[in-house]
Amino acid sequence: MLLSLLEYRTMVCNTRCVLHKHVRLNVPGETLVSRRLSPPVSRCVITDDKMATSASACLSKVVKQRYMELPQGDKVQAMYIWIDGTGEGLRCKTRTLDSEPKSIEDLPEWNFDGSSTYQSEGSNSDMYLIPAAMFRDPFRRDPNKLVLCEVMKYNHKPTETNLRLACNKVMDMVKDQHPWFGMEQEYTILGTDGHPFGWPSNGFPGPQGPYYCGVGADKAYGRDIVEAHYKACLYAGVDICGTNAEVMPAQWEFQVGPTEGIKMGDHLWVARFILHRVCEDFGVVASFDPKPIQGNWNGAGCHTNFSTKEMREEGGLKAIEESIERLGKRHHYHIRAYDPKGGLDNARRLTGRHETSNIHEFSAGVANRGASIRIPRSVGQEQKGYFEDRRPSANCDPYAVTEALIRTCLLAEEGEEPTEY
Amino acid sequence: CASSVSACSKLNKTLRQHYLNLPQGGKCQVTYIWIDGSGEGLRNKTRTLDEEPKSIADIPEWNFDGSSTDQSKGSDSDMYLVPVQMFRDPFILDPNKLVLCEVLKYNREPAETNRRISCNKVMEATKEHCVWFGMEQEYCLLSMDRYPYRWPKGGFPRPQGPYYCAVGADCVYGRDIVECHYKACLYAGIKICGTNAEVMPGQWEFQVGPCEGIDVADHLWVARFILHRVCEDFGLLATMDPKPIEGNWNGSGCHTNVSTKQMREEGGLKYIEQAIEKLSHRHQEHISVYDPRGGEDNKRRLTGLHETANIKDFSHGVANRGASIRIPRQVGQDGRGYFEDRRPAANCDPYSVAEAIVRTCLLEGEDGE
Repeated sequence: MLLSLLEYRTMVCNTRCVLHKHVRLNVPGETLVSRRLSPPVSRCVITDDKMATSASACLSKVVKQRYMELPQGDKVQAMYIWIDGTGEGLRCKTRTLDSEPKSIEDLPEWNFDGSSTYQSEGSNSDMYLIPAAMFRDPFRRDPNKLVLCEVMKYNHKPTETNLRLACNKVMDMVKDQHPWFGMEQEYTILGTDGHPFGWPSNGFPGPQGPYYCGVGADKAYGRDIVEAHYKACLYAGVDICGTNAEVMPAQWEFQVGPTEGIKMGDHLWVARFILHRVCEDFGVVASFDPKPIQGNWNGAGCHTNFSTKEMREEGGLKAIEESIERLGKRHHYHIRAYDPKGGLDNARRLTGRHETSNIHEFSAGVANRGASIRIPRSVGQEQKGYFEDRRPSANCDPYAVTEALIRTCLLAEEGEEPTEY
Repeated sequence: CASSVSACSKLNKTLRQHYLNLPQGGKCQVTYIWIDGSGEGLRNKTRTLDEEPKSIADIPEWNFDGSSTDQSKGSDSDMYLVPVQMFRDPFILDPNKLVLCEVLKYNREPAETNRRISCNKVMEATKEHCVWFGMEQEYCLLSMDRYPYRWPKGGFPRPQGPYYCAVGADCVYGRDIVECHYKACLYAGIKICGTNAEVMPGQWEFQVGPCEGIDVADHLWVARFILHRVCEDFGLLATMDPKPIEGNWNGSGCHTNVSTKQMREEGGLKYIEQAIEKLSHRHQEHISVYDPRGGEDNKRRLTGLHETANIKDFSHGVANRGASIRIPRQVGQDGRGYFEDRRPAANCDPYSVAEAIVRTCLLEGEDGE
């Protein structure tokens, strides 16, 4: 039935979705785990429309609003967010603080059960949550907070999927070059049946062409989510700088940036969390799978725009070309860093068609969307600016991507392994 | 009927409103709108600005991937968006903006479907005539299965007659969309001057004007965008196809009302008749720019029946809705005013229409080239 082979990573935290099929979750260290999610609280599925939304979405939002408006005295709810053992999934839990934290220093360390998030064994399961970046909470509103955390093992070493620690070290080394990033996050909205939202059940919409930046119910599928996400990010303090409908129907993109250094990874992860949370509220699912539908349908990437102070100044094109030269010699190193499976996910997406470059070859060109690296036309003309690395997959870890760019372009590393400093 | 509206329109709107009510600090969301390679379709994307733009001069140029809108090849795909008119955003509200843009190719030449540039030149050249336009945009509402909204599946409603300007659930299909579109346009600052239900059930009309020069086309394009966006919210479709249903059912046009300062003054009828005389010599040239397919679309509509003139002949008359050009009865009596060109199709490009009329009536010689 439908797309039972579709694998998607969702934030599996206490969901009440009405999923009537088995969802295959790839668990590190296991071949395949088939997991049936817990039965729904209430059977509320739009019966005349197989584009199912979740049971949660049917709960009364008016009732909810009455409770959400209750004053809470001086107490503050801080929701701690972290990346789980898959390197793609996000987890969260909340605690009450006695007063509003003014900065990250006011937020205490915490811990959680790593054996429940693919991160540790049951016999030694405590893991540490170290607050790293704080945002306003667009769901519970002020004075409540969202807190992005790094995860440490019981021995205070970073977990396998804590790529922030290493990224931060590298960013520190090149601080005076002021590296700016802008990342274009593509994603697909799915119904809880795993089929793209708004697509006819058991079928496909008309071919790609009319959907990119489209308007109209036959072209834009799910704009409500996009609008809600944009406002939520603005409120939270995430550096969201734009949105547009993408080439495949039900596919969208938002851009975060320009942001300096480590903040790129922080802001993008929190923007992803907010997206999952908004979709959860509406009863649909956001997928960052790089090739959600096989065939003549676009994949989803995370094009990464990059510049340094030197590139942005007069004559900066020279520095841009130097960087591209270095990237050209280290293609496979970057490909391994650009999705959570060392390039296996991207292999389904980077085919050389659908505005991608081929995964086996490195290429660069002005205004060329079929190349690995694109130099925007205006940059070519002004002889300064930034360049766009089109290779990262939608489900990449932005810490890994930004770290790789710094290592190769600014620290002039070569070869298949990162240098130890 | 469940299949008649889109899945997205069934998402919880109370919930959406909670998000849309979130304060956004000093940031401003600006939605850039442009015409794509088809010459009919509209595209849009949004960016954040650090503060509210006070005028069009505050809004930066942008660019987009023309290979995804049928406007360029993938190997040289960047195209430029140049802001030309700014409106308030009736969907996400103040301080956010809708910005209509012109499209330039990578070499800064106008894109093929950028008809605004040449229209603007012509309007500048004839500024002293103070040309006013009013355009009557007809359209039809469709369900998601692309059949007219609320028409019985696989069938037809009662014949035309009771629907024009009607009231009542048996005669009026989809007034909600019309009411919302009107308010949204007023909020945005579009010069919308009226609406009415049309002859075919599910068919409607709104009018934009009177606007001077290029404004009519700018306002009409953004009014169309707002219509598509309102319909998207309701989960329906708006079509500007000039003949959505074959047979004894009206087509959709974009009747264009025109006047110059001279026509509006005492004795202006003389200038109206001169203009019509000039138009009569260039009928085919106008027909070829009155729809996006060189006249092919209008062939299905301009049959000589259903209040249209035949596409092959040029005709005119006072109060005559079967003519190419109609002079309103009141104008005939007052001896001055305006005239109505009934030939443009509903899916015309208003820049092309306005430019053609001004060229023929004000710029060319008697038998003009």
